[in-house]
Amino acid sequence: MTSLLYELEQVKQVYGSRTVLSIPALQISRGEIFALIGPSGAGKSTLLRLLALLEAPSSGSLRLHLDDRIVTCEDATLEDRRRVAMVFQRPVLLSRSVRQNIAYGLRLRGKRDSREQVEAMLERVSMLPLADARPHTLSGGEVQRVSLARAMILEPDILLLDEPTANLDRYNVSTIEALIRDQHARQGTTIILITHNIFQARRLATRMALLLDGELVEVGPTETLCERPQDPRTAAFVSGDLVY
Amino acid sequence: MALAMIIGIPLGIWLALRHFPGRRLLTALIYTGMGLPPVVVGLFVFLMLSRSGPFGDLGWLFTMNAMIVAQTIIATPLIIGVTMSSVQSVDPSLRMQLRALGASRWQASWAQLYEARFGVLVGLVIGFGSIISEVGAVMLVGGNIEGRTRVLTTAIVLETRKGSFDFALALGIILLLIAFVMNMAVVAIQARTGSDSQ
Ligand SMILES: Nc1ncnc2c1ncn2[C@@H]1O[C@H](COP(=O)(O)OP(=O)(O)O)[C@@H](O)[C@H]1O
Ligand SMILES: [Mg+2]
Repeated sequence: MTSLLYELEQVKQVYGSRTVLSIPALQISRGEIFALIGPSGAGKSTLLRLLALLEAPSSGSLRLHLDDRIVTCEDATLEDRRRVAMVFQRPVLLSRSVRQNIAYGLRLRGKRDSREQVEAMLERVSMLPLADARPHTLSGGEVQRVSLARAMILEPDILLLDEPTANLDRYNVSTIEALIRDQHARQGTTIILITHNIFQARRLATRMALLLDGELVEVGPTETLCERPQDPRTAAFVSGDLVY
Repeated sequence: MALAMIIGIPLGIWLALRHFPGRRLLTALIYTGMGLPPVVVGLFVFLMLSRSGPFGDLGWLFTMNAMIVAQTIIATPLIIGVTMSSVQSVDPSLRMQLRALGASRWQASWAQLYEARFGVLVGLVIGFGSIISEVGAVMLVGGNIEGRTRVLTTAIVLETRKGSFDFALALGIILLLIAFVMNMAVVAIQARTGSDSQ
């Protein structure tokens, strides 16, 4: 039932003379919710940009298995890329209305008669009353919900979320977590999310990985990493002893 | 003016988005170009187009064409410079975020330009303003020939010299009105698009 989606081998990402990421091997399956945890500066966002095919690795290979083909950052077509959507750590919205921001990705794909779909999505993220608002008037939680909505409306095969609940209040955290679960349940979307919060990883993900200084310390089922970590550094991180 | 726009806007975007060797030098040249004394441009175009100059065979000196060439040289750097800086002032992360929503390179560039729309508009008005208020270069290369290369500004100079201050003043008011209408249009467009970037 589970099929291979991402396959990373000897992936390195180097900026200037600094190796920011170095992953000997990592596989992610179709349909799973996968959490990436680790202190800031560990290279989590960098890994997500690679998975989004926004950057090619400096060396090694990152392959994405689509239905019948295998693509990499270099040979992916626009159609291939459009099967992946990513929500950034600090979302930047367009200086247009909330409604137009949510419709943006659909319009890129030439879908103009999407009014009902947009209204339904506004409703789903509780932004209907603010549909005509301008981004600079929104709160952090609202911005985050709009940026989640503009990605989810595209019904991507893969949804990449970079700290979707960082710095948010409890209400917004649980709303966004519910949206993520709902998206997974509705469409079987593969979701890869970065979080600082080990409890959130447990609540949402089936598998997770700990990243430290650009290296993959441990990968496995969420349960295992939380209850029976194999690596002492995982134990330290999970118990909160690792200072960051 | 249209010519300066056609050249200036794409170049401004290109300069803002691309990194290549020599970009800094080019940027510095553009900024120098923004401050070019129009009379110097006029002199340059005059020399180029004069009978013994390299483009003398075109016979453009003292024609509208010569004036268009000079005005384009004056306005283009202004438009490039303002377009470039307003496109650059758009959040650099936006482009990648739009790409992550499935935008092609062109679509992302277009959205970036659209985000900078107010700045670009201001650039166009500045460019237009510099053109309609320009005297020196136009006088030099156009020759201020009645019915052919006489424009508002050069007419004002002439009428003032002749002592017809009333007429000169009236022309001046017309010039001011044109500038005012242009700027009002910008303000109106700004209000309609609800630009909140600045
Ligand atoms: N485009 C870039 N150019 C240079 N260095 C970068 C770039 N992106 C990230 N880095 C560096 O890579 C390291 C990892 O960053 P990042 O992937 O954002 O970590 P995390 O998301 O885990 O906090 C950081 O030290 C950061 O400064
Ligand atoms: Mg990060």
